Amino acid sequence: MTWFSIIVSGIVTYFSRMAMVALIDRDMLGTKVKEVLNYVPAAVFPAIIFPGVFFNDFGSFVEITDPKIYGATVALVVGFFSRNVIATIISGLLSYWFIIFFLLK
Amino acid sequence: MLSKSKIFFKGTVAVLPHMLSVIPFGIITGAIGVELGFDPILVYATSLIIFGGASQIIFMQLLSGGASSLVAITSVGVINSRHLLYGAVLSEYLEKLSFIKKLFISYFIVDQGFAESNKYIKQNKNLSNPHYYVLGTGVTLWFCWQLSTISGIILGSFIPEELGLKFAIPLTFLAIIVNDLRKLDHVFVMLVSGFASLILFDAPFKSYIILSPIVALIAAFIMLRFKK
Repeated sequence: MTWFSIIVSGIVTYFSRMAMVALIDRDMLGTKVKEVLNYVPAAVFPAIIFPGVFFNDFGSFVEITDPKIYGATVALVVGFFSRNVIATIISGLLSYWFIIFFLLK
Repeated sequence: MLSKSKIFFKGTVAVLPHMLSVIPFGIITGAIGVELGFDPILVYATSLIIFGGASQIIFMQLLSGGASSLVAITSVGVINSRHLLYGAVLSEYLEKLSFIKKLFISYFIVDQGFAESNKYIKQNKNLSNPHYYVLGTGVTLWFCWQLSTISGIILGSFIPEELGLKFAIPLTFLAIIVNDLRKLDHVFVMLVSGFASLILFDAPFKSYIILSPIVALIAAFIMLRFKK
């Protein structure tokens, strides 16, 4: 039963990856749709970022003083000015660790 | 002009920073599966067959919690449906490939690979073989994901939980979009998506993952109409 579920889930997931690439002809999409598709990264990733920063493990809002909010703010500022992926991630993690290991201990 | 292998390698390099979240997340996924009592082979099969981080964890948690197969499969489908959006964007760059190659490359479409490919190909419009970049990101992420889940299965979650490496996940995604913060129209769409995700977080089957982008894309569509 578990194998069955894994395989069906795998097929469904593969279909989600393949459908637009292999089955849909690009010309079927109008210019308006193509314009909107420019915003896909802006539309998808905040839905992963916001809950990851503003919710705790139990799905309720964190305090405004939560270390994750500081870490994310530092990463945001560093990322904005450096335009560098590594600098963004590292600065966020380091500032987060600094707070949880030094300030809160 | 860049050779195919150089383009592939550039894709590989572009996703390396994301390993900071991918590898710990993979280890945790493998370890959780075993802790939940699944056969190690089954846990690994989710990485090979489903190959989708968060959806694998939720899949195993649901099944071990007694949920029906239908619920588990639906959740995986809902969480992973965002790939439809990635595919729609990438299809422009993969248009010229044969059907078989399209089927092959599709397996490797993942969040970070999509984001880095999209960024690079947009900046290098006359790249002759953009699909090698997509493959470079995807294959690299695939290998690291397989290896890290296997090590999580064998060694357990050996990364101390106190490090809070879960926080690396939102950070890497923040790093992906941070460049677009200079464009107000993109910032608007990001805020719509972000707030929508906070409001819709408790929607069934983790559907906030796809509902928030849909809300944000509708907002983008309306915004484009007003711009004209």
